[in-house]
Amino acid sequence: MKDIKSLKKELPDFAEKLKKYRELLLANLVMVGEIPAPTFHESRRVEFILNRFDEAGMTDSSIDDAGNGIGVLSGTDNKAAILLNAHADTIFSDKTDHTMQVSSDTITGPGVADNAIGLAAMITLPYILDDLNIKLENDLVLMAGVKSLGRGNLEGMRFFLEKSSIKIKNAICIEGIQLGRLSYSSIGMLRGEITCRVPETYDWSRFGDSSAILTLNEVINKINDMRLPRRPRTSIVMGSIEGGTSFNTIARDATLRFEVRSESQEVVERAGETINDIVLEVSSKTGDQVELDIFAKRIPGGIPYAHPLTRCARVVMESLGIEPRLAPSISELSALIDKNIPALTLGVTIGERTFKTNETIQIEPIYKGLAHLIGTILAIDGGYCE
Amino acid sequence: MSNLENWINKNTYHHSEFWDIKQLVEVKEKKNLTISLCLPTLNEEKTIGKEVIIFKSELMERYPLLDEIAVIDSGSEDKTLEVAKNYGADTYLASEILPGLEPKRGKGENLWKAIYQLKGDIIVYVDADISNIHPRFVYGLVAPLIYRDEVKYVKGFYDRPLAFSGNIRPSGGGRVTEILVRPLFSLFFPDLTALIQPLSGEYAVRREVLEQIAFPIGYGVETSHLIDVYHMYGLEAFAQTDLDKRVHENKPTQALGKMSFGILQTFIKRAKALGVLNKAEHTTLLRQFQVRQDQYEQNLIEIIEEERPPMLEIEEYRDKFKS
Repeated sequence: MKDIKSLKKELPDFAEKLKKYRELLLANLVMVGEIPAPTFHESRRVEFILNRFDEAGMTDSSIDDAGNGIGVLSGTDNKAAILLNAHADTIFSDKTDHTMQVSSDTITGPGVADNAIGLAAMITLPYILDDLNIKLENDLVLMAGVKSLGRGNLEGMRFFLEKSSIKIKNAICIEGIQLGRLSYSSIGMLRGEITCRVPETYDWSRFGDSSAILTLNEVINKINDMRLPRRPRTSIVMGSIEGGTSFNTIARDATLRFEVRSESQEVVERAGETINDIVLEVSSKTGDQVELDIFAKRIPGGIPYAHPLTRCARVVMESLGIEPRLAPSISELSALIDKNIPALTLGVTIGERTFKTNETIQIEPIYKGLAHLIGTILAIDGGYCE
Repeated sequence: MSNLENWINKNTYHHSEFWDIKQLVEVKEKKNLTISLCLPTLNEEKTIGKEVIIFKSELMERYPLLDEIAVIDSGSEDKTLEVAKNYGADTYLASEILPGLEPKRGKGENLWKAIYQLKGDIIVYVDADISNIHPRFVYGLVAPLIYRDEVKYVKGFYDRPLAFSGNIRPSGGGRVTEILVRPLFSLFFPDLTALIQPLSGEYAVRREVLEQIAFPIGYGVETSHLIDVYHMYGLEAFAQTDLDKRVHENKPTQALGKMSFGILQTFIKRAKALGVLNKAEHTTLLRQFQVRQDQYEQNLIEIIEEERPPMLEIEEYRDKFKS
């Protein structure tokens, strides 16, 4: 591994230099963020991004069969490529008002943190590199990945890794928040939905003693009673529930969305089996239809903390005065880990109220986040991370 | 095809026709034109930041279409000026431009003082309360002026139905346009009914025109512009561009009443001065708009307000009741 000291010296001034790209970056942020892109319906947003790639002179840009927007910034010695990924989809439906509000120090709007700022950083990058006269040796592949969240289950990234002929050396996933985020490993996860339905043949004369909500409540109580190990660390996230229609009618259906997360694959699988047993048990006891649908899984893995790539990212953070926040990831990083590609997830800025329509990010930390991103790319490109 | 329909076909654009901003900048530079953007403001902190960022990034840094972006403020009490300045707009208080003149307060004042303060050969005015701002709001308006020397005044309009079945649909302006201005124009200046949204706050104008016309300070400024420019140069000086959807806060009916009252004052003043008030007696055609397969066309509706005399003048009546 080459000595990273020479690169380190240049970095502290770098964040300052990036301030002059503020309007470009924020304009990209607003324009990309105001195009709705619910998972499976990202095409308008991806087309906008492709236009930006074309304008930046990236003649190799295209939309692949999965719908991912891909741009290639050719390197001087294009033996291998560095992949930069930002997921293009959001949790907000296209009926949500996507208007962004810009104040002197913050930007507010649905999906601004997750992941409009990540996308904006990526699409502004070719312009910044060109303006700063930074030439990379490796190709830099920019990817606006689709079908990432929820039921999308990283489909875009998986498709790209499966079908693309580009040889990826390292990858960086960009998430809007939080600045300092450093993910280098994936935890085990399974994500699913439990739906309870009162059967059509239900005898409505039985007054008030059955409801899909009560059945679901039974399922939830039983999941809550499950014994989870403290080590390896494990948790079950009860993400959302939905059910019924009004005050005075018995709920015909109810749905729970949940995720099991654990450092151990075995524990995840065991928890999955237990939940399946719970579902069968409650179903047979109540006579209601109770169904379990598990549609996303992650296998734990990743690179070690001491891996040169992680170390480089930490050195870059340190020279910029960013406190690293280590956290495992279940996003695109997992798909890269599955393919044995050393990869990291980084955050761009500080934000709050994630997943609400008044999601807000701070503008000032963006420059550090960008400097961190570019510094890490330079470190990978310069061979410091091998 | 009538003259008006000819004009509509020839002078009505959609902003997408001007997507090639690079080419637009080349022609602008070849013709040695300068363009200033004026954003008149009063308490617009929620939307001004985004407008400045988008226009500065897209139309100054990426493509040098604009030579200056200026916010002219009527005395906002919120952070409008701070935010605009922070993102690199030139900011002015209307009261500090031409300080020797007696100060007046109103949007028209800001637009008028922009002519003195800004440098451009073309000034493009964009309201500061648009929440879905996009570069098209500027390039869609200046493009006809850049490409066609005979065009002097380009007006924006907004026509993007979200869902419509059938092949003819009504189109046109807001409530004040359809209830007040279009009937007035139909009566007194039928040519001006060719403009789909006469009251829109987005327009681009050549300096040589702006410096010659008077500016009402309040609500009447858009109406007076149209009448005055039409009087001086005829309809051929105008063009209009569809800028798609414009999202802004809706005004309550009472506010529209105030607006209408202002417009009516301006209108009557001009109609009197031009001696057209008598014209109304012979006109019975109301000119509205509709769209047939993406073509704008005028919908002419004959409305004859016939009258009956007082019953007392009817002989049968007098025989029955008065004899």
